Amino acid sequence: MYTFELKKADSVANAAALLAASGGKALAGGQSLVAALKLRLAQPGTLVDLSGIAELKGIRREGTHVVIGAMTRHADVAASAEVKVGIPALAALAEGIGDRQVRNMGTLGGSLANNDPAACYPAAVLGLDAVVHTSKRKLAAADFFKGMYETALAEDELITSVSFPVPAKAAYVKFVQPASRFALVGVFVAQTAGGVRVAVTGAGSSVFRAKALEDALAKSFTADAAKAVKVPATGLNSDLHGSAEYRAHLISVLAARAVTAAG
Amino acid sequence: MGANETGPIGQAVRRREDARFLTGTGQYTDDVTMPRQTCAYFLRSPHAHANIRSIDTKAAKAAPGVVAIYVGADLTGVNGLPCGWLITGTDGKPMNEPPHPVLAQGKVRHVGDPVAVVVAESLLEAKDAAEMIAVDYEVLPAVVSGVDALKPGAPQIHEQAPGNKCYTWALGDKAAVDAAFATAHHVSKVDIVNNRLVPNAIEPRAAVASYNRAEQSYTLYVASQNPHVERLLMTAFVLGLPETKVRVIAPDVGGGFGSKIYLYAEETALVWASKHVNRPIRWAADRSEAFISDAHGRDHVTHAEMAVDKDGRFLAMRVTTTANLGAYLSTFASCIPTILYATLLAGQYTTPAIYCEVTAAFTNTVPVDAYRGAGRPEATYVVERVVHQVGVDLGIAQDEIRRRNFIRAFPYATPVALTYDTGNYDQTLDEAMRMADVAHFTSRKAEAARRGKLRGLGYSSYIEACGLAPSNIAGALGARAGLYEAGEVRVNPTGGVTVFTGSHSHGQGHETTFAQIVADKLGIDMANVEIVHGDTGRIPFGMGTYGSRSLAVGGTAIVKAIDKVVAKGKKIAAHLLEAAETDIEFKDGKFTVAGTDRSKAFGEVALAAYVPHIYPLDKLEPGLNETAFYDPTNFTYPAGTHICEVEIDPDTGVTEVVNFVACDDFGNIINPMIVEGQVHGGLAQGLGQALLENCVYDAKTGQLLSGSFMDYAMPRADDLPTFKVSTKVTPCTHNPLGAKGCGEAGAIGAPAAMMNAVHDALLGVGVKDIQMPASPHRVWQAIQSAKAGA
Ligand SMILES: Cc1cc2nc3c(=O)[nH]c(=O)nc-3n(C[C@H](O)[C@H](O)[C@H](O)COP(=O)(O)OP(=O)(O)OC[C@H]3O[C@@H](n4cnc5c(N)ncnc54)[C@H](O)[C@@H]3O)c2cc1C
Repeated sequence: MYTFELKKADSVANAAALLAASGGKALAGGQSLVAALKLRLAQPGTLVDLSGIAELKGIRREGTHVVIGAMTRHADVAASAEVKVGIPALAALAEGIGDRQVRNMGTLGGSLANNDPAACYPAAVLGLDAVVHTSKRKLAAADFFKGMYETALAEDELITSVSFPVPAKAAYVKFVQPASRFALVGVFVAQTAGGVRVAVTGAGSSVFRAKALEDALAKSFTADAAKAVKVPATGLNSDLHGSAEYRAHLISVLAARAVTAAG
Repeated sequence: MGANETGPIGQAVRRREDARFLTGTGQYTDDVTMPRQTCAYFLRSPHAHANIRSIDTKAAKAAPGVVAIYVGADLTGVNGLPCGWLITGTDGKPMNEPPHPVLAQGKVRHVGDPVAVVVAESLLEAKDAAEMIAVDYEVLPAVVSGVDALKPGAPQIHEQAPGNKCYTWALGDKAAVDAAFATAHHVSKVDIVNNRLVPNAIEPRAAVASYNRAEQSYTLYVASQNPHVERLLMTAFVLGLPETKVRVIAPDVGGGFGSKIYLYAEETALVWASKHVNRPIRWAADRSEAFISDAHGRDHVTHAEMAVDKDGRFLAMRVTTTANLGAYLSTFASCIPTILYATLLAGQYTTPAIYCEVTAAFTNTVPVDAYRGAGRPEATYVVERVVHQVGVDLGIAQDEIRRRNFIRAFPYATPVALTYDTGNYDQTLDEAMRMADVAHFTSRKAEAARRGKLRGLGYSSYIEACGLAPSNIAGALGARAGLYEAGEVRVNPTGGVTVFTGSHSHGQGHETTFAQIVADKLGIDMANVEIVHGDTGRIPFGMGTYGSRSLAVGGTAIVKAIDKVVAKGKKIAAHLLEAAETDIEFKDGKFTVAGTDRSKAFGEVALAAYVPHIYPLDKLEPGLNETAFYDPTNFTYPAGTHICEVEIDPDTGVTEVVNFVACDDFGNIINPMIVEGQVHGGLAQGLGQALLENCVYDAKTGQLLSGSFMDYAMPRADDLPTFKVSTKVTPCTHNPLGAKGCGEAGAIGAPAAMMNAVHDALLGVGVKDIQMPASPHRVWQAIQSAKAGA
């Protein structure tokens, strides 16, 4: 770690101003950022702590949507009655992130802003066609994720909440990378107002939609239909834990399992 | 066995040390704080192989808080780190022993090789200053695999090791083996990679060194498994200091698994520098640093063949192994893939002829040394994988192929230099099969198949040589140290007993087990027994803990010291009771005149020894304080059978260990609960190796790819089944406790049991060969290539 200044913000406006003035970084649950600091991979002069901002917390049902504040911890999403009733797949996804300590600290906003290629939440956001609200604007899921660890956020822009449309059916199936237990591949399948959506995390440089699976499942929302789709390996990640071919294969297998789990 | 039938020996006594470990009151090296202390940070090589053109520390030395910075050139009069075992090659020449500098001397040979040490007021300042050191590297091509390093044209790592070879060494009768192969009915073959592992004790290595100007002496606190060996090697071989001027204390240590046996560069540099800065210096590795500086384990590539007759009787075995030793010879590196490996290749079987040839190579990787089991897991893996293959090739059931070849007459001299004193391999196999419900395996397999899953069953009937070691045998084989153990039993005037042991406990529970022995033998309460270990300033010269030696060797030294205490106690009691010494019996904590009710309690005799008013002062010294050194006459041979059942999902390649049973023979058991804990831990490590753990270097750059827990998969509780363990007893014949040792068995037996189960499960889909770890990706790929090849 290098030395840094820690500033506590009490409102979104205050936090955005502090970030703009200092050129520093927002600190949410610290589960990604603090690890990077400890390894001296990041050297922000200022950290702006978001944990004291009341308007960033909480979960509420707004008609056909479940709205979750950016600073809501994974454990709170997992335990939320609104989420369990509206989008059980999302509660289950949150329950499957990291371990107890990580879930008690890590936040929705932090996870999305970080956009780790193997993170779980991006699959739900893209799979459900959620809207990301920021201190400056509203962004459709498709416009938010830009690439590996890259989003549409400006340096001084904060995620404030995410609005998830309640799907007819949905499920997320995560295949863990054996060491980190992030998603080696994670597939979120949903029947939404706009049709069947299949979002894949872990397999590419950033979360993406699997078109061939969506088409197949639109015709027949069955595990067999998903399993029959051969996903091409081109452009997929290849590392110690799995080749691109393996990841491509897992995408159909997990999509099939997600269809079964969605019921 | 106990002097006392209902005594503490054999009882599942709760571990006395756990209260302090679990409540955070343990005192680990990093808990030691000293006045005026400074912090050290090691600047390490980012390259696998490079010449150092220059190092510029000027700016760094001027950085805030910096006390001193040292590089290799500053360490005048400091020798390299020694290797404790000399291996003589098949060419009759001693192994190549290139220097192992404390700080790099002109060249770095692995990522993590220490280049400079920064001593500063705070760790933060030390790290900041380290970033200001400018090292000009000339990067050289690197080689990370032992096999590649031996190929012509490979990058040369040491001038003193042409072709990167440390030695080629062999054991066994080659002519006899060749002859048996020439006429054999069948030869089964396996190619094996024993994957490289990173030890990962929960407490990283740490050291605090200080210098006392008045006494011109040093004190080193260090996370070590053997403080006396640490001191001996550091003073006599590296720093040229009198041993009397260095005190080494290994306080509470949070796991070692071998990785804390060795003399490392960091603590050596700290001791040296503590005099130069005349202030205490502390250092603790962080986890990333541990990955690139703790000695790694395993890393063998082996071809093994077994010649058999038509009934599956083993006629001869031939084994060729390449061992990767890493960039330098770590303290015991040379003996692991030789003495502790090839000597175990008979396993539990009567194979009459065995020949093993081992070539050890230097590579641009972290040094490799003993890791839980050390050579014996590698041997068991070879034997049990090839035995499994014989069963498959000849269509003989896995238990039957083993039974047909079991050793049943003891003592048994193997063709690879060991003599097993005792054992009963049928009994552990039978019990393991009963526990594993082998009888109903076929129906479980069929049920799994209906769910689209592949089930397999794997056996591992392992043996290990523990209780290291008879010093004369070890010496003849090249050991440069003795391997006895020491124990001192100090009876205090009021009857309490302090035991000073050369064994070191870093998770094994000696403070409980050893106290049980003493309480039992002396008929006193365990609460009155204190165990002291880990401090060269307090304990007799001991050899420390590794190789499952603490009970069999260290425990025996304590028993021998107790025997001396009892013998002297009888003399004192005879005087007090006005009886002949030969008439005194010691039982249940009392010295009694045989055939009478006249007796003196142990405490009364102790008091008389220290308050010798009524005492045979003309014939006997006062005091009751005895020391014994015990050098075993043979190794001990724990053995048993492990059976693993796996279920594989062919869609994803995921292997689930659905059942694991272990039936082990550790000889007599002092504390069954502690033994069970040791077996559980060992099995977790063994299954960790087979299922998850893999240390991977990039073949081109020599960068460590699995350099953190994000990529190096440690076993977690939910990766493992609920183990079923049991023990059978054939007491060791040559130590008074009848104990063999239990610390490594799990890690030795488990990998082969699991991988044999994986091979069994995949046989039906045509997979013949799969290496550890059986990761989902690897299993899936193996299934795909089998399909493609079919
Ligand atoms: C052991 C471990 C296991 C994990 N396993 C998983 C897993 O299985 N699946 C998974 O998805 N994740 C996993 N994670 C990551 C975890 O979910 C983190 O919580 C998440 O990546 C970051 O959230 P955070 O709140 O901790 O953010 P921080 O670490 O505080 O911040 C991360 C980044 O986001 C920025 N940021 C934070 N909040 C905002 C905001 N409101 N607006 C704009 N920028 C913001 C920060 O400036 C920083 O750049 C794991 C983490 C650990 C340590």
